[in-house]
Amino acid sequence: MAELSDSLLFVAVLAYALAMLGFAADAASRRATRVLSVAESGQLLVGGGGPPLLVDESPPRTTGTAGTAAMALTLVGWLVHVGSVVTRGIAADRVPWGNMYEFSSAAALVAVTGFLVLVARGRVETSLGAFVMLPVVLYLGLAGTVLYTAAGPLVPALNSYWIKIHVAAAVTASGAFLLSGVIALLYLLRARFDERTDVGEAVRFPVSLGRVLPSAGSLDRAAYVVIAFAFPVWTFAVIAGAIWAEAAWGRYWGWDPKETWSFITWVLYAGYLHARATAGWKGRKAAWVAVAAAAALIVDYYVVNIFVVGLHSYA
Amino acid sequence: MTTTSDVEGAAVRLSTAPEPVGPQRPRQLMAPVRRTWRQLTSMRTALLLLFLLALGAVPGGFLPQRSLNPVQVQQYVAQHPTLAPILDRLSLFEVFAAPWFSAVYLLLFVSLVGCLVPRIRLHTRALRKPPPHAPANLSRLPASARWETALPVDEVLALADSRLRRWRTVRHADAVGAERGYLRETGNLVFHVSLVLLLVGIAVGQFFGFKGTVLVKEGNGFANAIANYDDIHPGRRFRESSLVPLNFGLDDFRATYGADGKARTFDAKVHYSPNADAAPRPYDIRVNHPLHVGAAKVYLIGHGYNVHVIVREKDGQVALDDTVGTPCLPQDARFLSTCTIKVYETRGRQLAFEGAFTPTTVQDPNTRRVGSAHPAVQDPALTIVGYAGNLGLDSGVPQSVYSLDKTRLTAFDGGTPHLLGPGEKWDLPGGGSIAFAGITEWSTFQVTQDPGKGIALVAAVGIVGGLCLSLFVRRRRMWVRARAAGEALTVVEVGGLARTDPDAFAAEFDEIVGRLRDAVPEPATATTDRGDAATWQS
Repeated sequence: MAELSDSLLFVAVLAYALAMLGFAADAASRRATRVLSVAESGQLLVGGGGPPLLVDESPPRTTGTAGTAAMALTLVGWLVHVGSVVTRGIAADRVPWGNMYEFSSAAALVAVTGFLVLVARGRVETSLGAFVMLPVVLYLGLAGTVLYTAAGPLVPALNSYWIKIHVAAAVTASGAFLLSGVIALLYLLRARFDERTDVGEAVRFPVSLGRVLPSAGSLDRAAYVVIAFAFPVWTFAVIAGAIWAEAAWGRYWGWDPKETWSFITWVLYAGYLHARATAGWKGRKAAWVAVAAAAALIVDYYVVNIFVVGLHSYA
Repeated sequence: MTTTSDVEGAAVRLSTAPEPVGPQRPRQLMAPVRRTWRQLTSMRTALLLLFLLALGAVPGGFLPQRSLNPVQVQQYVAQHPTLAPILDRLSLFEVFAAPWFSAVYLLLFVSLVGCLVPRIRLHTRALRKPPPHAPANLSRLPASARWETALPVDEVLALADSRLRRWRTVRHADAVGAERGYLRETGNLVFHVSLVLLLVGIAVGQFFGFKGTVLVKEGNGFANAIANYDDIHPGRRFRESSLVPLNFGLDDFRATYGADGKARTFDAKVHYSPNADAAPRPYDIRVNHPLHVGAAKVYLIGHGYNVHVIVREKDGQVALDDTVGTPCLPQDARFLSTCTIKVYETRGRQLAFEGAFTPTTVQDPNTRRVGSAHPAVQDPALTIVGYAGNLGLDSGVPQSVYSLDKTRLTAFDGGTPHLLGPGEKWDLPGGGSIAFAGITEWSTFQVTQDPGKGIALVAAVGIVGGLCLSLFVRRRRMWVRARAAGEALTVVEVGGLARTDPDAFAAEFDEIVGRLRDAVPEPATATTDRGDAATWQS
């Protein structure tokens, strides 16, 4: 069963990687047709010296063959990924988030789920796919190689029903936060792209990627929606962790490195939610806060687990 | 924390954040104070303090902290002789007790309270107030619709009122105003008030709480009194009289391990009684399974081995034979443990032994150093150096049972270690012997009393509940206006606005307008302006 889980994860990563290529091909072909159509319609500014100005705020919602195939591949990958997580749980005879490898796989699953939900609800366009799948593939690749741990039982401190609650919430929030971090970065890219092209300046890689991204406004809203979902879940995860710590270690809060970084992450996301409602902080500044918060989450997870000795040093 | 509306240009403020206070002839003396106060309670300041709080916690997440691991701090200080004193001056080894960290969070909470109080006042007022009058031009709202009907004005408004069932509505002469989602602000306030309550809970625990740890050997017991602990952390206002009456004895400790040496289970079987008269009751204290006695909880936090040795003097007289054993302190995950055995009830010279206990012994063939390959007892050995002379107990200086003052001691065999298996005996030079008779185990327990815990738990519930309400409930307003436009013709106008998530509101608005249009149908022979479906301005 454990081998099946590993094979399924490999298949899922493969499907995601192919989907990423599909999304990228779709974005590239769409960009070509759009420039073409602008040129045909005679809107090209001749003599302006700058690049063609694309006037439409939001690109057309049609998705090409490559895009449809990429969406299908993402769905297939997602189903296989679900299978991998479930069989892992059956193999180890416990919840499938007992070590870093399993946590990473589950968090990536949440991120892909979040992306699919956003697309299904029309919150973002599929052109975001390439940019979401790239970090997911890298993340899963890292999990499957560096962090891989064979399925086995848990150390005594983890042996509690709280692992189902605390870690499940942490996985869900982490996956969503990572997704929001990617979206916030893309928003910054798109905003920079808009700013440059508005004044007719030439854009170079990576800012030129903004051309194929959804509009800045929709990226900003998508990042907010994801964070607004993840923040209460993260709050709950921290509180559930505190209740568990009270039962396992005799205090609900002790500024253990993991607790400290969870606190920093929490405060930064709280800062993001406030920044988004404060004049002078909306838009790019708030997006930078979201990126900083996602960075704190990554420190909380990888740096603290691997390099800092604390009570959470298990995996 | 003043928020600005997302829907600029809309005539209606949906925020219950305090209105900017107009100049009310400020008393000259108080003006700077008031200005400072307003600055402190502004959203910008709160935001800045939030970021400072996050930034301030960063060194606490990277540098070793005294409260967690004082040994690690000492090591760090030794390794960084120039940097460490500067860091120490800035309290970076105890960030969360540092004055500057307290200053940041206290200012943040002052700012929070300063902005909560007016918001609570405004919100309670808003809860009692009916929805506001309809703005003059409903078609300028973000969501609007317009159609005509043959129904009279009064009937249209009555129908609108009844269709907006879960909304708070108010009837005016020509319009119905409706509002929903007051719970958003309620949740927001509950969340922030709960944060203050959490701080109170933490403070109560800090002041009136108690934490103590004690090592108990199998076969021994513990009575809850300050003097019996090995280590205590009482709160500043804690009094010994608040210690919960409690006695317990450790009958048996058992740990199980996997083949890889990783622990599977820890289990301490105890008998406890809340007072000396009550009959002892059995209980298994395990990790994640503490013992509750009144307001106190007893946790299993560590374990290790005791060695039982029999020491004889040269006349064969037994000088030490404690079956409970001498505790050895584990040094690594495989329980190589250091042991110090002092034999002071002697008739001749005093004896002492120092060395290592290894539960599964391995020995390096070249260096002869012993180590342990597994934490469970599979091939135990006691490797010790023996001493004779004066232990220095009469000097009056208190000494730890775990360390040896060697100034007046002479080592046997020039300090060569001797390895003893179970049942083996070492005949000491000059007479006498030490025999390794057996192994028992010990556990360390932590006894905790935290009277602030309940408050913190209530606050935690408020935090999560309030947060969900404030993020998922949407505050929105709608108006339905009807006016007569000639004989048997009424113009119906609907307008609405939501402060957050306009997309979700758009769907809701369309659905409500659809239901209203079913209830208030257009005349069959409508000629003008076939009421466009709800139109949207984005």
